[in-house]
Amino acid sequence: MEFLSYLISGISLGSVYAIIALGYTMVYGIAKMLNFAHGDVIMVGGYISLLSMSSLGLPWPLAVILAMLVCTVLGVVIEGLAYKPLRSAPSLAVLITAIGVSYFLQNAALLLWGASPKAYTPIIAGSVKLFEGQLSISYVSILTVFMCIVIMIALTLFTGKTRMGKAMRACSEDKAAAQLMGINVNRTISMTFAIGSALAAIAGVLLCSSYTSLMPTTGSMPGIKAFTAAVFGGIGSIPGALLGGVLLGIIESLAKAYISTQLANSIVFAVLIITLLVRPAGLLGKYVPEKV
Amino acid sequence: MEQILKVENINVYYGAIHAIKGISFHVDQGEVVTLIGANGAGKSTTLQTISGLLRSRTGSIEFCGENISITPSHKIVEKGLAQVPEGRRIFLQMSVQENLEMGAYTQRGTGIEADMERVFQQFPRLKERRRQIAGTLSGGEQQMLAMGRALMSHPKLLMLDEPSMGLAPILVEQIFDIIRQLHKDGTTILLVEQNAQMALSVADRAYVMETGKISLSGTGAELAASDQVKKAYLGG
Repeated sequence: MEFLSYLISGISLGSVYAIIALGYTMVYGIAKMLNFAHGDVIMVGGYISLLSMSSLGLPWPLAVILAMLVCTVLGVVIEGLAYKPLRSAPSLAVLITAIGVSYFLQNAALLLWGASPKAYTPIIAGSVKLFEGQLSISYVSILTVFMCIVIMIALTLFTGKTRMGKAMRACSEDKAAAQLMGINVNRTISMTFAIGSALAAIAGVLLCSSYTSLMPTTGSMPGIKAFTAAVFGGIGSIPGALLGGVLLGIIESLAKAYISTQLANSIVFAVLIITLLVRPAGLLGKYVPEKV
Repeated sequence: MEQILKVENINVYYGAIHAIKGISFHVDQGEVVTLIGANGAGKSTTLQTISGLLRSRTGSIEFCGENISITPSHKIVEKGLAQVPEGRRIFLQMSVQENLEMGAYTQRGTGIEADMERVFQQFPRLKERRRQIAGTLSGGEQQMLAMGRALMSHPKLLMLDEPSMGLAPILVEQIFDIIRQLHKDGTTILLVEQNAQMALSVADRAYVMETGKISLSGTGAELAASDQVKKAYLGG
């Protein structure tokens, strides 16, 4: 029973990682860059939702929507101001800019909202009790897993069936060829940042609801872990982000429970290193062989 | 004859390298015009500049009477100028059908299904493989897909960059038959080729490019008979 409870909390944590990892993986797939500021967009989403619930007194669904809107705009603005001018610059320049944007967001949050952690009331309280109260699963956990599944299905349909989604896949494969199809590559990249950032806002709300506290650096560790999850699953792959995220969450949760709380993170990253040694493209990363 | 494309005095640089040195040429409605020349003469660079992927520092490019020299690439496609790029550049991880859908990206509304049927008639092999991932097609099939994909946008001018590259002789014949057929159906074509003999056999007019300049021009038959061309490109 104990094991089941750790497993469920791992799946729930992993679902948050998966939602964040989707943002990393989509942006990487299309812009071929690692947006290290992605984790901090999560933090902004957390603050916006917190403030709109506590200061504006909005009900939580509205607070979530507001956080998504703000993060979407933030994501598009970051892309337009910081990354777009570097489109043809070496990838190292873009990477360093992304780290810069990450620090900028953290410090802006520090100025605006202060350094001390703020208490975050979970958007839904309570839990279900199973097996005569031996196993308790919080509603937030259930909501998190549910949201992750809904987002996965929605994104799979979007990239597989819609004109815009297919254009995104075309851009991720070959930008010049996509332009020759009449696809506006810049707009497609902005759109990807918009979607990734909206997902980050959702992840922010879910993350804060399970950890119930929020500070300017809240996003950075989950951000890095979700990035790890994206690489673990195969960067650029949407199912890979899900698999990587959930596995990482489970490994972390079980490592904390049975091995050592202090070593949990080390174990997570060790698993990543071993996986990449064996499968450099990640679990679901694959190369379609090209016939010539 | 109405000029569909008019390129005037374009100069293109890759950093410090002066790749295109003030070339001018034109393509008339309904013609097949070919740019031939050795590797590195600037043929592909010229096509990429017309498509807006590269920019000229001088001169102008007019398409259907409109200056497109600063128009973004994706808008140029909308105006009816399609390019089949060198090396085919199909979307290898997408299915054959999805590749064709991307070709129809600028085509709003209905009619895409009918256009796809038309492409399938022209290239029956693609129909058999419609759900297959494009990366698993053979080289010849990939070239057909690249051409079919470009035709999905209803181009007023179709630019083909080395369609015969890397293909077996029998497939080269097939590709040129398709070019003849497209020409007969009234498509205007600008063809870039290293295979000068084949290119000249389908072309109404031709330009010979050498190190970023146009060194000769004339009708396909004239150039095929010219000693200079024979010596340089047709093996004596």
